[in-house]
Amino acid sequence: MDLKRTVKFEADRDPEFARWVSHTVGGERIRHCLQCGLCSGKCPLSLYMDYTPRRLMHLSREGFKEEVLGSTSIWLCTACYACMVGCPKSINVTHLLYALKQRAIEEGRYPRRFAIPVMARQFTEMVRSSGRITESWLIVRVFLRTSIWRLLGMSGLGLKLFRTGRMPFKRERIQRRAEMDTLLHSVAATRKELGL
Amino acid sequence: MKYAYYPGCSLRGTGRAYEESLLAVFRALDVEVEEIEDWNCCGATTYMSVDELTSYALASRNLALAERDHSEIIAPCAACYLVLNKTQRYIREYPDIKLVVNRALDTIGLKYHDRVKVRHPLDVLLNDVGLETIAAKVKVPLHGLKIAPYYGCQIVRPYSTFDDQGNPTSMERLLEACGTKTVRYPLKTTCCGGSQKGTLPNVGLDLIHYLLSEAQKNGAEVIATVCPLCQFNLESFQKEAGDRHHPTEIPVLYFSQLLALALGAPANTIGLQRGFVPIAPVFAKKEIAYA
Repeated sequence: MDLKRTVKFEADRDPEFARWVSHTVGGERIRHCLQCGLCSGKCPLSLYMDYTPRRLMHLSREGFKEEVLGSTSIWLCTACYACMVGCPKSINVTHLLYALKQRAIEEGRYPRRFAIPVMARQFTEMVRSSGRITESWLIVRVFLRTSIWRLLGMSGLGLKLFRTGRMPFKRERIQRRAEMDTLLHSVAATRKELGL
Repeated sequence: MKYAYYPGCSLRGTGRAYEESLLAVFRALDVEVEEIEDWNCCGATTYMSVDELTSYALASRNLALAERDHSEIIAPCAACYLVLNKTQRYIREYPDIKLVVNRALDTIGLKYHDRVKVRHPLDVLLNDVGLETIAAKVKVPLHGLKIAPYYGCQIVRPYSTFDDQGNPTSMERLLEACGTKTVRYPLKTTCCGGSQKGTLPNVGLDLIHYLLSEAQKNGAEVIATVCPLCQFNLESFQKEAGDRHHPTEIPVLYFSQLLALALGAPANTIGLQRGFVPIAPVFAKKEIAYA
């Protein structure tokens, strides 16, 4: 029988993580959280989460890094902003979830072939190289790297979309493509300089 | 006044019907628009959620380009509308973000002065054109067609200033001016799952199904949308969501397709032929004699 302690100890906390949370964009007001649960009630995805947004707020500000970054919630958030609009303490919950997702991606905390980080990488790469997104190619690239079976399973829909002119394979590009690289390099340089 | 027009990537792909019909509406109502020269992707939710600093720089290139000749931008796509608005706010609120953006723009010879306003077509049509003008130009009345108005998330949250965040009504006011009726639709601002149908399919299909079945249960004949991703999800995965739960059959159109039709645009020029759930039988039943 694999029994686990169900109560958290002070020693399980990572104070460094708690500090990072309260200094990240979106996390500034997290100390004001009343734990009222309005965010969880408004969230259309909380039904599927292991830790609802309310619990996630508390776990992150107390520094329970393992639980937070291992949580399904950060991947389920669709950025619908219902939590943020409802919050009586004006906490930027959605943005904080973004920050947590970024941190989980940076630390590689996700299953192999998990579609969300793959999609993020393909999306950003396409913007860098073309300046615009061609949806058809984005979908193909993501499924090639996650599940080729699902790509084949979607071929019927793809064909219907193609026939109705909604899935053109012509690549959309901006004219001054070099500007994307220049822009991205500049952001990276300033980020490094300011330690952001 | 001529508005800067920022179509965004989806309106050139899955959301083509949105652009076709919206431009037809603008033509019929003498709203002058000019596409932002060499606009780039706004970064959408995907980029914003993994690298926000870069996404502000990407979005601000469009703001800076638009600012050169225009004082207002029309952004029809929900994600674009949100990202452009959010970028403006964060540049104002966070000095570090402002610095990053200004330096990045400087390297490509652009400057952002924060003097352009980002607006949604619903806002422009309702507040700049006005309901009376629209009602006076209706050529094909929509004979009490029953609509479920579906806004999704990012038009009204978190920054919309032109409508209520919980119970927006601008879309139904515009459509009622063309003769439609609105059914009760409490899910009007509940999320459709966004790109989750692609990444976490079962969750996406559940959300899509709730939205469809609620509209049908409340007697809607058409769902009217304002977001390319909402339209795509509710329409393209309707069959799959029906197989998982119970079947629904309800056409999902852009509000602009209904508006354009009422203003006399021919059906094949506003993307009505691009839908999977046929709309013609619904129009026939309602005796809507469109061109």
